Amino acid sequence: MSREGAGSSGSALLRVRDLATHFFTRTGVVKAVDGVSFDVDAGEIVGLVGESGSGKSMTGYSILGLVDAPGRIVRGSIRLEGRELTELPEAGLRALRGKRMSMVFQDPMTTLNPVLTIGEQIRLAIEAHERVSQASARERSASALSRVGIPDALRRLDAYPHQFSGGMRQRVAIAIALLNRPRLILADEPTTALDVSIQAQILTEIKSLVRDLGTALVWISHDLVTVSALSSRILVMYAGRIVEQGPTAAVLRTPRHPYTRGLVDSLPSLGAPGRDLAQIPGNPPSLRDLPEGCSFRPRCPRASDACAIAPETSEGVARSWRCHHPLDLAP
Amino acid sequence: MSDAFVRVDAVSRVFAPHVSLGDRIAAALGSAVDRRAVRAVDGVSLDIERGEVLGLVGESGCGKSTLGRMICGILPPSSGTVLVGGEPVMSAGHRPRKRTTRVQMVFQDPYASLDPRMRVGDTIAEGPLAHGIVTRAAVGEYVAAELARVGLEADAARRFPHQFSGGQRQRVAIARALAMRPEVLVCDEPVASLDVSIQAQVLNLLMRLRRELSLTMLFISHHLGVVRHLSDRVAVMYLGRVVEVGSAAAIYDDPRHPYTRALLASLPKLILEDDIVVTFQAIEGELPSPLSPPPGCHFHQRCSMAQPQCAQLAPPMRSVGGGRIAACHLLPEA
Repeated sequence: MSREGAGSSGSALLRVRDLATHFFTRTGVVKAVDGVSFDVDAGEIVGLVGESGSGKSMTGYSILGLVDAPGRIVRGSIRLEGRELTELPEAGLRALRGKRMSMVFQDPMTTLNPVLTIGEQIRLAIEAHERVSQASARERSASALSRVGIPDALRRLDAYPHQFSGGMRQRVAIAIALLNRPRLILADEPTTALDVSIQAQILTEIKSLVRDLGTALVWISHDLVTVSALSSRILVMYAGRIVEQGPTAAVLRTPRHPYTRGLVDSLPSLGAPGRDLAQIPGNPPSLRDLPEGCSFRPRCPRASDACAIAPETSEGVARSWRCHHPLDLAP
Repeated sequence: MSDAFVRVDAVSRVFAPHVSLGDRIAAALGSAVDRRAVRAVDGVSLDIERGEVLGLVGESGCGKSTLGRMICGILPPSSGTVLVGGEPVMSAGHRPRKRTTRVQMVFQDPYASLDPRMRVGDTIAEGPLAHGIVTRAAVGEYVAAELARVGLEADAARRFPHQFSGGQRQRVAIARALAMRPEVLVCDEPVASLDVSIQAQVLNLLMRLRRELSLTMLFISHHLGVVRHLSDRVAVMYLGRVVEVGSAAAIYDDPRHPYTRALLASLPKLILEDDIVVTFQAIEGELPSPLSPPPGCHFHQRCSMAQPQCAQLAPPMRSVGGGRIAACHLLPEA
């Protein structure tokens, strides 16, 4: 069970505390991630949801150490299996990436190298962490592909990415991420670019794979529906901060933060057809120029003068939220 | 013959690769030149009644956007006709073709569909001025009224697209379409590129405008939930063909075509109960390449109920009860 400030002994697989990643641009400081804390236990599936610009992807990049200039981690701690990642040099991070933690990106068109065969790309990922013979690399590559449901794997190793469909390419990306049996996988909108019928296949497979391998998965998505079907715990981000977290079903059933409530209510599948959808007024704020106090204040139906001061994270037993005026638990 | 307001009659669109002189020489010398054509839309017939919203769903590459463009008169069909109020949307014969202004379109990506170098007011005024819908003297007021209708301030007219958020840009795109006083609005994935919290705003706007202006709409989307919410009737496309058409309630609550059933079953649902084990009902296999669609029923290779005849003969659209029409050999005619 994860909660902030509960004196966690550090037993969690991943422990993020007060992480802040800022971008120093000519037009000002962009606070993409601004004080994010959460835990991920071994083998757990956690959903990280938010709109574009909420900082959910940048949280993932920060954990993997993939933040490029002019951005950098300005404060906070990221511990993977007890090891502090923010203090590791690039070489140390490189040894961990693809080995202890790995990432699956949204667009499988751009993550695979178009001029290398699938087999070569998988071999490179193996060789980055150990010395293997050609034959055993090939054998392991083929078994990695068949593990993600690619038929005729040995022959497909010699194919190029353009010869694969989008769904198949995403399977290859997942196979590469799982290659060295990492303890943690961060998946950034991995099914957003795929069709619904393919999305269901990938969701089924990734769910059973992480269960079989005992890998923890952070599923980064804007889609509440896939997160609800996949994850046991949910983190809701808004303007660089986690505004609510807890068990997925409970949070979506009875949100405490008005933003989470707004997201759930605006789903078209829940409303009666033809009726107006509940809508969150206004636009997400610019990260260069965040409102004083609670960032959601200008769009919030419950805002008061108290919201001029940024709310601290509540200390619930299993759930927490950042709001001065949380909604009641009763539906 | 039906007398529906919008009539799409046996429309097909083939995209053939351009075969250059070099290709022909290469082919003559015996090298393989790919001359396969993509039949993006394959003999589609549809009706839309006046004031109705028809939802068009399907996966990427099924031809739904191509069909939308032909209904709008942007793209000429290879064969078949599209009539709006009995009038062809695009004149036959050679360029320049005369296109109807009775149909207007809202595109998916408001970052790409608005000219970044034109002020928003000029973008909205361009069409109505060219077609004499408004005089140059009255155009300022006209644009301000169009902007107000979609919930934007009048001073937005002086600004450029990059000064707006995605949701506001999509409002501008809607205002540009409506400024032409269309009777039919074709919306191609109008909220797919918008944030979740902004989607509801734009969908509510479209529903309000439809009521206020008695618009007839074709609403194209891969998002089945959004289509259910907006549409009176729904058409389902697969690999260039329409496989099922019916009222939104009939299609969603009691789908008949195996593809519609599989598509709806594969849709993840919002889970609000604790400790529920979710299984996803995936459709087996991959979408076939539109370059070489399977013979017979396009869906038969992925269909759990397929019979030998399905691989040989394309099933015709016929009534299958409950006001639905579907193309499947296995459904009894009703």
